[in-house]
Amino acid sequence: MTHVLEPDALPGATPAVHAPLPPYDDVTRSDAAFRAFLHGLPGVDQVGAEARAAQLGTRSIKTTSKAWAIDTAISMVDLTTLEGADTPGKVRSLAAKARQPDPSDPSCPQVAAVCVYGDLAGAAREALAGTGIHVAAVATAFPSGRASRAVKIADVRDAVENGADEIDMVIDRGAFLTGRYLDVYEEIVAVKEACEGAHLKVILETGELKTLDNVRRASWIAMLAGGDFIKTSTGKISPAATLPVGLVMLEAVRDFRIATGRQVGFKPAGGIRTTKDAVKHLVMINETAGPDWLDPDWFRFGASSLLNDLLLQRQKLRTGHYSGPDYVTVD
Amino acid sequence: MSTSTPPSPARPVFEYAPAPESRSIVSIAPSYGLFVDGEFVDGTGEPFKTVNPATEEVLTEVSAASEADVDRAVRAARRAFEKTWGPMRPADRGKYLFRIARLLQERAREFAVLESLDNGKPIRESRDVDVPLAAAHFFYHAGWADKLEHAGLGPAPKPLGVAGQVIPWNFPLLMLAWKVAPALATGNTVVLKPAETTPLTALLFAEVCRQADLPAGVVNIVTGAGDTGRAVVEHGDVDKVAFTGSTEVGRSIARAVAGTAKKLTLELGGKAANIVFDDAPIDQAVEGIVQGIFFNQGHVCCAGSRLLVQESIHDEVIASLQRRIGTLRVGDPLDKNTDIGAINSAEQLARIRELSDIGEAEGAQRWQPACDLPAKGYWFPPTVFTDVSPAHRIARDEVFGPVLSVLTFRTPDEAVAKANNSTYGLSAGIWSEKGSRILKIADQLRAGVVWANTFNKFDPTSPFGGYKQSGYGREGGRHGLAAYLKGNDQ
Amino acid sequence: MIGNDRLAVRKTYKLYVNGAFPRSESGRTYEVTDAKGHFLANVSRASRKDARDAVVAARAAFPKWSGATAYNRGQVLYRVAEVMEGRHVQFCEEVAAGEGLSSSRARAAVDAAIDRWVWYAGWTDKLASVLGGANPVAGPYFDFSLPEPTGVVAVLAPQQSSLLGLVSVLAPVLATGCTAVVVTSEQRPIPAVTLGEVLATSDVPGGVVNLLTGDAEELGPWLAEHADVDAVDLTGAPAGRAMEFEREAAGTIKRVVRPPVTEPDWTADPGLSRMTPFLETKTVWHPMGV
Repeated sequence: MTHVLEPDALPGATPAVHAPLPPYDDVTRSDAAFRAFLHGLPGVDQVGAEARAAQLGTRSIKTTSKAWAIDTAISMVDLTTLEGADTPGKVRSLAAKARQPDPSDPSCPQVAAVCVYGDLAGAAREALAGTGIHVAAVATAFPSGRASRAVKIADVRDAVENGADEIDMVIDRGAFLTGRYLDVYEEIVAVKEACEGAHLKVILETGELKTLDNVRRASWIAMLAGGDFIKTSTGKISPAATLPVGLVMLEAVRDFRIATGRQVGFKPAGGIRTTKDAVKHLVMINETAGPDWLDPDWFRFGASSLLNDLLLQRQKLRTGHYSGPDYVTVD
Repeated sequence: MSTSTPPSPARPVFEYAPAPESRSIVSIAPSYGLFVDGEFVDGTGEPFKTVNPATEEVLTEVSAASEADVDRAVRAARRAFEKTWGPMRPADRGKYLFRIARLLQERAREFAVLESLDNGKPIRESRDVDVPLAAAHFFYHAGWADKLEHAGLGPAPKPLGVAGQVIPWNFPLLMLAWKVAPALATGNTVVLKPAETTPLTALLFAEVCRQADLPAGVVNIVTGAGDTGRAVVEHGDVDKVAFTGSTEVGRSIARAVAGTAKKLTLELGGKAANIVFDDAPIDQAVEGIVQGIFFNQGHVCCAGSRLLVQESIHDEVIASLQRRIGTLRVGDPLDKNTDIGAINSAEQLARIRELSDIGEAEGAQRWQPACDLPAKGYWFPPTVFTDVSPAHRIARDEVFGPVLSVLTFRTPDEAVAKANNSTYGLSAGIWSEKGSRILKIADQLRAGVVWANTFNKFDPTSPFGGYKQSGYGREGGRHGLAAYLKGNDQ
Repeated sequence: MIGNDRLAVRKTYKLYVNGAFPRSESGRTYEVTDAKGHFLANVSRASRKDARDAVVAARAAFPKWSGATAYNRGQVLYRVAEVMEGRHVQFCEEVAAGEGLSSSRARAAVDAAIDRWVWYAGWTDKLASVLGGANPVAGPYFDFSLPEPTGVVAVLAPQQSSLLGLVSVLAPVLATGCTAVVVTSEQRPIPAVTLGEVLATSDVPGGVVNLLTGDAEELGPWLAEHADVDAVDLTGAPAGRAMEFEREAAGTIKRVVRPPVTEPDWTADPGLSRMTPFLETKTVWHPMGV
C-alpha cells in the first residue's frame, strides 16, 4: 500500500468523465485505442528535427526587430522561484521585480506571471494585486509527481485556494514510460477539473521522456486532456527546454489547432538563460506555430536568470553601450 | 512574404529587420585576367561582364580565353605535371592541399560574400554549405595524396596528366573544389573553366593558390563561355576531361572525346523523385521537400524536383508544405535571413518561366505564396505544381529552378516505377519510418545517391554521381580518385 | 544396321536470343570457313531487328538477374564452366578450326575460357565488399556506397579470339549482374553458337545472354544508338569504326569501353577492369537518431 490517501478519501476526486474534442472524441475509449492513436501520430526524425531547430537558430535578429523581440520576451516571462528555501519575503521581492523589471526605465514591460510553490501563491497574489500579473503555482507533487492522485488533486486545490490562477502540473512519467497513457490522460483531466477556473499548464518533463516521439505523444495526451498550455520541463532535470523539443511541441500545438480549432499555449522552461536563446524561441514560434502564438496568452518562458539578461540587452540597445550586472537587480 | 493566415492587427508582426552581411570584405577589381602558369594574364578573347543577379549590377569585366590562351594554359599545366607537380613527393602535394584548405577557411567570409554576389545564392548557404564544404574537400583529398596505393585502385596508381575541367554556375567554388582537389591529390595538374556567369570565386581561388605558393602551372583558370570550354575539352594534350553541367553539353563532350584516349567523367542533369510514404515523419519530410527543391533556388542537379507522395496523405502533406513555403524569405542574397536568393541569370529565369507556363498550359495547378519580389534582378518565387501527370513536361524536364512537381502513388511498386521513369538517375529521396521498406526501395531506385529521411546532403567522403543520362563517374570518396588515376581497376 | 558410312546430321547454326535459338528474322545467313578457307557452316546473319529483339530480351531479363543473390549468380556462372567442360572436345575442335590453332593451343584456349568462368563465378559475391563500403561523413548519418549493375550491355566481342576472348568479355558482364547482347566474331562465330547451347543448359535465365552472329559493322551503330542499352563494350569494333560508335553511344550517355589498339592477350589476368565499367556506385544516406 503506497498510497497515503485512498483515491476517494477526498470528495470529488473520482475520475472525471471527459471526452477529447472532436474529431478525437473516441480515441480515449480504451487503453488499446489510445495507444493506437498515439503511436499512429507521425514519427519524429531526431536528426531532421535537430537540423531544423539549428537552422532556425541561425536567424539574425537585429535593431528594431531585436528591440521588439526583447520586450515581447520580457512580457512572456513566468518569473520563477522554486527553491526549498523560498519564503514570502523572497516571493515579494520577485513580485516587485515582475512589476517593474528595470527600475531605471519605466517603459520596460512587466512580466506575464510569477511562478512559485503552491503554499506561497497567497504571498504572490497579495504582492501582485492589481497588476494583471498572473500567479502561477506548481502542483501535483512537483517536480517528481510521485504521489497518489488524491494528494496531487489536493495540492492543486490548495494552490488555487491560495490565489494561483495558473497551475503548472507534472505528468506521471512513470505511467507514460510504461505505456499507461490513459492513466496519464485521466490524471490531467482530473487536475484540470480541480483547477476550476485556473489555467492549466502541463509539464511533460521531456528530459525524462528521452525521445522526440515521446514528446509528441505526451504533448497530444496533454492537449486532448484539456491542458491550456504544454510545458517542457520542471527545471529540475537536464536537459530541459531544448530547441528541438520546443520545435516538436510547437508542431503539436499547431497541428492540434488545425484539427480541433482549439489553441493550446506553449511554455519552454529551464535552460533558457540568454536573450539569444529567447530570441531563437520567438523565431521558432513565428515560423512553426505562427504569429498567433507570439503573445503572453499563448507563450511563456519559464525562467529566472533570463530576465536579467533580457534587461541587459535592452539597456544596450537603449544606450548603445554594453551594460553590466550592477545595472540590473538581484532577485 | 506572408503566411496564409494574417496575424490579428492588434498584435505587431515579428518582422525581421534587414540583417545584411557586409560586402566590404570583398574588393572586386574593375577587370580580371586569366590565371595561367601562376600569373594573372589578359585573355585574347572578347572580355565579358559578370553581373550580380540580385541587382543586375555589373560586378566586373573578365577576360575570355581564346583557343590560344587555352593552349598556353594546357602547356603550362603539362610543364608543371612533368617538372614540378608530377615528380613532387606525394606528401608534399598533400601539404599544399592542406594549405589551400586552411586558406579557404581563413578567407571563408570573403569567399561566401563573393559567391553570393556573383551567383545570387543566399549568404546562409554560401556561408554554411558551399565554402565549408569546399574547404572540407581539400582537407579530405589532401590526406589521400600520399596514400593512393592503399586506395584499392591497384598497387601503383599513376596520375593521368593534365585534367581539363569545366564546371557550372550553381555551386561555383564547391564544384571547383570537387574537381581540383581530387585531381591535384592524385598528382594531375588542371586547366579549369568556371562558368561564364560565375567566374569570380574561381579567380579568388587563383589568388589562394598563389598565397599557398602552389607551383606555377599546377592550377590554371581560363574564364570564358562555351567556346573556351570546347577548347579545353578538345585540346589534344588534355588527358582527362571532367564536366559538370547539362546533359545536352555532356553529350557533346562525350562525342568530342570519342576516339581519343581521354578519360571522361560527367556529372549531368537530374529529375529526382522524392518519395513520401504515409508513415513518413511528416514534419521532417516537409523540411526535406523544401530543402530538396528550394535549396540554392533549385539550381541543383540532384534537386528533389518530383515529389511523389502517397495518395492517402497527399492533402495533408501539401497543406503542410504550403504553410512551410509561406515562411520562406525570398530576397537580398546578402541578408542573413534570406532563404531563397536570385535566379542566376536572365537566361535561366526565362527557362524557368517557360517551363512553368507549359506546366500550367498542360493542366497542372500552379501554387505560389504571396511574395514581394525585388523590382530589379532575376527572381522567381517558390512554386508548387499539383495535379501533375508523368506525361507533363514539368514532370520530365529538368527545370533547374524553385519549381516542384507533385505526383501521387498508391503502392510501393508504383512509387518505384514512377521514380525510375526518367532518363535521368542522379538522386532520389525516401521518407518512411520503416527500415526494411527504406532499404528495399533504395535498392530498387536507379539513382546514384539515395537520401532516406534526409535530402541534399553532401560530404567529401561520400561518392556522388549518376546513373543513366545523369552521367558517369563518381566524385568524392575513394571512388572519386579513380577518375584521375590510370593503372587501376576502376 | 547403321555402319560407319552413316550420313551425319548437320547442325543449323542459329542465333541465341531470349533463351531460344531463332534464325535471323531477315532469313539471312553467311558462309563461315575455317582458317584455311574450307567451308564450315552457314551461319545466321543477325539483322538490326534481331538486335532490337535481343535488347528487349536483355532488358526483360535484367530485373531478375540483377536481383538474384550474388551467391546464386556465382553458382550459375560456375555451372556454365561445368557444362562447358562436358563439351571440351567440341570446343577444342571448333576453336582449332576457326582460329587455325594446333590442338594443344586450342585446348589451352578452351581451358582458359572455362577457368575464366570459374574465376568470375567467384567474384559475384565479393564485388560489393571490395568496391563498396561505409563513408565516414561529418554528421549524424549512416552513409554507404554499393556497386550495382548498369543494366543492358551491348558487347562487340573480339574478332580474333573466338572463345576465350568472347568469354573474357561476356563473363564479367554477367558477374556484375548486367545482361548482355553480344555480337560475336564475324568470321569465327561457331564457338559462340556452341556457347549459346551451353548457356541454355546452364541455369542462365533466358534473355540474360543474347548472342548474335553477324557483322559488328552493321549491328554496332544500332546497338550504340539504342536508347535502352546502358553500356557498350567496343572491344571487337571493326577497325576505324569505334570512334563513330562511341559518338553514337554519347547520345544517351552510355558507358563505353573503348577498344584496345590491338587485340590483347586474353590469357592475362583481367583484374576488375572489365567489371567496373558496368557497375554504378549507389550511395545511400540515413540519419542516425533515436
